[in-house]
Amino acid sequence: MSGMSKIVKTISSITFPLITIYGLYVIAHGHLTPGGGFQGGAIVASGCAMMLVSYGSIWIVSRVKEKNLSILESLGAVCFILLALLGLGFGAVFFNNFLVGTNSLFGVVPAAGSGLADINTGGVIPLMNFAVGLKVIAGLFGIVLVMAHASRTKGEKK
Amino acid sequence: MNVADLIDLLLQHSPALIVAVPLLGAFITPLISRLNDKVRNVFVILTLGLTASLVFLLASDVFTGNIHTYIFGSQDLALPVVRILFEVDAMSAFMAIISVILSLVAVIYSWSFMKENTGLDKYYTLILLMTAGMLGMELTGDLFNFFVFLEITSISSAALVAFWTNKAKSVEAGFKYIVISTIGALFILFSIALFYGQYNALNMAMIASAMQYTFLDKIALVLLIAALAMKAGVVPMHMWLPDAYSKAPSSVTLILVGATQASLYGVFRVCFTIYGGAINLSSISIGWILVILGIITMLLGVAMAIIQTDFKRLIAFSAVAEIGYMLLGIGTGLVVMLNPEMTATGLAAMKGGIFHIMNDALDVGLLFLVAGAIYYATKETSLNKLGGLARNMKYTTVFFIIGLLAVSGMPPMNGFASKLLIYESTYQLNPILSIIAILSSIMLLAVFVKVFHSAFLGPALPKFENVKEVPKSMLIAMGTIATIIIIFGLFPEIIVNSIVEPAANALINYGDYVREVIPSFTGGV
Repeated sequence: MSGMSKIVKTISSITFPLITIYGLYVIAHGHLTPGGGFQGGAIVASGCAMMLVSYGSIWIVSRVKEKNLSILESLGAVCFILLALLGLGFGAVFFNNFLVGTNSLFGVVPAAGSGLADINTGGVIPLMNFAVGLKVIAGLFGIVLVMAHASRTKGEKK
Repeated sequence: MNVADLIDLLLQHSPALIVAVPLLGAFITPLISRLNDKVRNVFVILTLGLTASLVFLLASDVFTGNIHTYIFGSQDLALPVVRILFEVDAMSAFMAIISVILSLVAVIYSWSFMKENTGLDKYYTLILLMTAGMLGMELTGDLFNFFVFLEITSISSAALVAFWTNKAKSVEAGFKYIVISTIGALFILFSIALFYGQYNALNMAMIASAMQYTFLDKIALVLLIAALAMKAGVVPMHMWLPDAYSKAPSSVTLILVGATQASLYGVFRVCFTIYGGAINLSSISIGWILVILGIITMLLGVAMAIIQTDFKRLIAFSAVAEIGYMLLGIGTGLVVMLNPEMTATGLAAMKGGIFHIMNDALDVGLLFLVAGAIYYATKETSLNKLGGLARNMKYTTVFFIIGLLAVSGMPPMNGFASKLLIYESTYQLNPILSIIAILSSIMLLAVFVKVFHSAFLGPALPKFENVKEVPKSMLIAMGTIATIIIIFGLFPEIIVNSIVEPAANALINYGDYVREVIPSFTGGV
């Protein structure tokens, strides 16, 4: 796939950071608001797909390697399962939320009743959201990238 | 902490670990394959070896009569309605043993068989994912969880069926498989919704204890049996199976046999456990449906196998026929379950059907591995072009003879033991059933004698002059299965008493399964 006109490229470059930030926000607030690792990851990956369409797969492939994406994807999945296994390692059961109530990272238990949401809650759930987010960003972008690059027409090889 | 404590701890957590270990291994595999191919192969075999030892550890405890439950994320069973729950009884453990043996043998076989291929990191990742999915289906006690694992199994196996993407027919088979699987999975999801709407529960034991057998439940039963039978390759929903079995790499076919049987396990779990309470009303009709499906599956599978000329497609149709025996055995058990005069018959039929699940996995699996070995050595699957291979491949020939005798139910192989149990018990229900079953076995023998003659016997063909025996890893894989077949054939009594009978009893006494989660449940005694 080759790139599009300069107007499209410029607009994409401006909106790409906004889309990415919104996606990361959805991932980070997964335990508070609707959405989570998968949904946020899909948003970020769709931003990447927009860059792919506007700049063309040849330009992107020269900067991002599919191999590295697949490593990131594996890392995300491994992190997720390791977090679940850590719950077992802390003397309880698989998938146990061992961070809740420790008052450390994400370990605060919010007060009962209505109030403003506290991002520093949720225990391992936000961490698992990050892992899923990483996997979905790398996985979805990798799929789109490979498909776009494999379906490019012959004349565009440079 | 001494060793006994550690084993206790492992045993307690083994239901979760059995799924978690292959899942973790699956995602570490692509990272390790950056280092070295051999290291990756060893890692995959070790991962599955660890899983297998966990399965055996768990099974050794479950077969003594304990039912294991494992609650994810919490130590107490305060809210069984919302907790994700694994529940392992003897039937689950029995199926898990089959799946894990097949996967382990398949990766050993793949070492040489898949050596020439690229993209092997993805291949091994998918195999581990598929194993995790199958084991999850067999161990879970939650219907929605069952659906999720079913999807994991279908997606990874569809990708594996289409692994040889340079062959158009493999891709077609993979596409067919994913379409059939998706339709089946949607049926299952719909019936889960019907249960959830009525009983507010997804847990199998919860649903079983609340089962009212309303009109909606009948619809859900039909959908569940149809979808799972479709995934198990029961005639008339078998059209995907010969394609998928014959076009996938042989090592993948071996695991696919396990995946279809995991779906078959789903049929039995639904009929016996979830609808266990409704069995007073419906067992006879459901049982007869299973028996009739079994008879059709048997006859059509064998009839189609006779006319095939492609080696793997022929074995695939005989695998369809073998599924019929399991359905016949278990269906007979369901028909006579409530008749107090025929309790022994019912138990014998169930034992035969369940034992045949394992025997079929081993026999058909061995034949597929032999077909793969022949393909590896000659690059040829058409029976019309093969011939005289016994001169060059003597071990493979011996393994094929063992598989041939086992699959057609000849003594002293394991197939004889389970088929005899099925013949004897179905004869008491209706002699015609057992006559059809024996007839199918004889036809299977005829089919495979023909294959044996055209592939292994006859004059040496000049084009196969340089054919050599296959590499060691493939021989080890085939030898392992052949050894198990002979041991099971020589000592069927030990196997039936130690693992098959507990599994049959676990299906019949579904009340114990429910009471493990809902202690106040009184039915199913």
